[in-house]
Amino acid sequence: MESTFPEQIRKLALALACMLATREVWADYKLNLTEGVTSISREAYRLHMLALWICVVIAIVVFGAMAWSIYHHRKSRGAVAASFHDNTKVEIAWTIVPFLILVVLAIPATNALIAMNDTSNADLTIKITGLQWRWRYDYLKEDISFVSNLDDKSAAAAKQGSGIDPRTVEHYLLNVDNPVVVPVGKKVRFLLNASDVIHSWWVPDLGFKKDAIPGFVNEIWARVDTPGTYRGQCTELCGVGHGFMPIVLIAMNEPEYLVWLAQQHAASAKARAGGDRTWTREELLAKGDEVYAKNCAACHQPNGEGIPGAFKALKGSPVVKGPLAEHIDRVMNGKPGTAMPPFAAQLSDAEIAAVITHERNAWGNNTGDLVQPAQIKAARK
Amino acid sequence: MTELALPHPHDHTHPSGITRWLFTTNHKDIGTLYLLFSVSMLFIGGSFAMVVRAELFQPGLQFVSPHFFNQMATMHALVMIFGAVMPAFVGLANWMIPLMIGAPDMALPRLNNWSFWLLPFAFTLLLATLFMPGGAPSGGWTMYPPLVLQMGMAFPFLIFAVHLMGLSSVMGAINVITTVFNMRAPGMTYGKLPLFVWTWVITAFLLIAAMPVLAGAVTMLLTDKFFGTSFFNAAGGGDPVMFQHVFWFFGHPEVYIMILPAFGIVSQIVPTFARKPLFGYTSMIYAVASIAFLSFIVWAHHMFTVGMPLAGELFFMYSTVLIAVPTGVKVFNWVATMWRGSMTFETPMLWALCFIILFSIGGFSGLMLGLAPVDFQYQDTYFVVAHFHYVLVTGAVFAIIAGVYFWLPKWTGRMYDERLGKLHFWLSTISVNVLFFPQHFLGLAGMPRRIPDYAVQFSGWNMVSSLGAFAFGASQLIFLYIVVRAISGHGAKASAQVWEGAQGLEWTLSSPPPYHSFNEPPKVP
Repeated sequence: MESTFPEQIRKLALALACMLATREVWADYKLNLTEGVTSISREAYRLHMLALWICVVIAIVVFGAMAWSIYHHRKSRGAVAASFHDNTKVEIAWTIVPFLILVVLAIPATNALIAMNDTSNADLTIKITGLQWRWRYDYLKEDISFVSNLDDKSAAAAKQGSGIDPRTVEHYLLNVDNPVVVPVGKKVRFLLNASDVIHSWWVPDLGFKKDAIPGFVNEIWARVDTPGTYRGQCTELCGVGHGFMPIVLIAMNEPEYLVWLAQQHAASAKARAGGDRTWTREELLAKGDEVYAKNCAACHQPNGEGIPGAFKALKGSPVVKGPLAEHIDRVMNGKPGTAMPPFAAQLSDAEIAAVITHERNAWGNNTGDLVQPAQIKAARK
Repeated sequence: MTELALPHPHDHTHPSGITRWLFTTNHKDIGTLYLLFSVSMLFIGGSFAMVVRAELFQPGLQFVSPHFFNQMATMHALVMIFGAVMPAFVGLANWMIPLMIGAPDMALPRLNNWSFWLLPFAFTLLLATLFMPGGAPSGGWTMYPPLVLQMGMAFPFLIFAVHLMGLSSVMGAINVITTVFNMRAPGMTYGKLPLFVWTWVITAFLLIAAMPVLAGAVTMLLTDKFFGTSFFNAAGGGDPVMFQHVFWFFGHPEVYIMILPAFGIVSQIVPTFARKPLFGYTSMIYAVASIAFLSFIVWAHHMFTVGMPLAGELFFMYSTVLIAVPTGVKVFNWVATMWRGSMTFETPMLWALCFIILFSIGGFSGLMLGLAPVDFQYQDTYFVVAHFHYVLVTGAVFAIIAGVYFWLPKWTGRMYDERLGKLHFWLSTISVNVLFFPQHFLGLAGMPRRIPDYAVQFSGWNMVSSLGAFAFGASQLIFLYIVVRAISGHGAKASAQVWEGAQGLEWTLSSPPPYHSFNEPPKVP
């Protein structure tokens, strides 16, 4: 039977209500700060709520008085202006009362700040290096280090005119290839540093952000108490890739963390092994294409033409088409005073060899050169 | 006695055409030039913001590349701060200070001409970078090294543009101080100066103290880039964080340079439409002076996350939250001025009331941001973007618009259309809140500022915010129409008094005032 018009409206309203009641719809309209999973983040949250409510109460009192006055003391209601223009007692009161409110806020804030600055007795230290536009994590004393890039799916969808709807990409712009992993319940000390420009490392659930500055080492700590995956982003403008260097931190229970550590050790051994053999042309070009897309294309563009005036073209570039040694030096050591960073510490021998091979053969550069990982290894010495 | 061949002040030479504006030393003409310059920059800077909000309307990159997005965000800030807000206040100062203190003109009229005419050159340099290879500055208006040093051709243009803007501001400030100190009409004692004049004198001191610091900082950037120095280069023994300290030593006073004259404007408007004298005149002046003093010792709250020693963080947290006290005093005084007044709500009053409420909201979020342990969460997110737009747009810009409605009949001799003014007010007020209020939520939910694209979870509020932005931008066209109509002589004739409750020397002159006013010092009541 066909439904009548009011019935349709009722159905529509019901459907709308159901839609609004689901978490997915409201996930787009989150309102407040996270409580997070560390003592620091909870303290920040408590302080945030305290300050917020104090502001709300003050707002109600002040705006309330204003509204009362606007309603009652208007000329159209026949109000006649009084002529008073000061009152010492009142003025002293409204100087002292706000001051006392500030003291109420400053005490917990001071305690929280002192706690945040205490990085002593850490169980584990992770050095974080900000690079344009990725993070590098070094587990001190563990001999593990890896670079964490935006994941391929997000990177593909984030290209201008990609035609991919970001809504179909899981954790769009908040996912990485290699997440940083910490054990639950352990005090982890983070050391922050940068190799090119200033970055800032922020995972809201940890309760802080801290700048990563070239030439400085900043310290901060966290003790994550709930296993889970926590996501964040770089929060200091660092160039064209600033919006595309997320952070993913996974907190694992101790046994799983140990398994992960073992895997990392095995993986780094394998990566080193790749540098010892001779690669074929196809292998180098395939790997090089991948490395280029991830590390170089943001500035030099996928077509190798760069952005005139800002980023040099590689297509037909004298460095790329010139002597090999200079090209290797430029990729490994960068060019000081420009946006070209040194890649020696970020990429493996095989990756550098592959990307140089790619650049020397793509976009009509056609030098025919092949570069082997062994040559990069030699150049490191 | 010999007769001196001085030009007689009463021979009303009234040059016309382009030379009138190029060579003018008349404070009213120069004020008009500043205001017209400011409104054109408002629309240019506003169009940059529209590009930013269009790109952020949806997740994904639809319209512009990240490189161009960064240029738009950077240029929006530079143009709005140095091109729209600051020149607007100087324009209002030029027009109103001599009228308010009973002076025939500014003390240094030729300097006045030069301060203005530097600005078109400064902004030609700055805006020309948009058409250069590599584009406009894209490292943020804060110009942090080392990122700023990666800039291409635009770099020296940016630095010299900033130098010129600074020069212009300092000369304008010298002129204001000299005028107020020397050219008050007999009987216009410091205790009688209108609040707008008081706030501007204090602002002028801030300008003289702060702008050279900026000039020094950008000059060090210039030598780092081109002459091999290492002021901010860690590899050469320098310190990138030092730039931030120097920059914000300028930057925080700069924030108050953009708000203290706004306090002054609101302190003129509220008593006029409440028909009651300003409550706590003396405490208002002390409050402004305390805010000005505090502005020099709070700078590092812009950079809590750079990793300062604990003692430094505590000091800057305490000094920062302390600003809430004098700011509170001002707001309480305005409310007390309204209290038991006889209020009417013409357009200037509506903007001024809205300023008090929305600026206070920006003040509240400022207090929250001042608490260092939570600032580690807020810093560099949209919460900060919401905060400074509440104080700068619904603060500074709303006060400027209030001032324009308040004084437009005086300047042009024509009343604006009250209905249109109110329409402009309501559309702007609603849309500006749709634009900026959700940005608090975005920041708290974890969205960093200055990103061209964002995670899907932020898409709801971003869309709302962009819709608000388009509506707010479009509403300003009404403002343009209203101002153009009044300038071109449409609308009812304005009386000398203009507003029933208006008090002060400026309202004793005809509307518009004669080209040369107060050639004879007026009697101060």
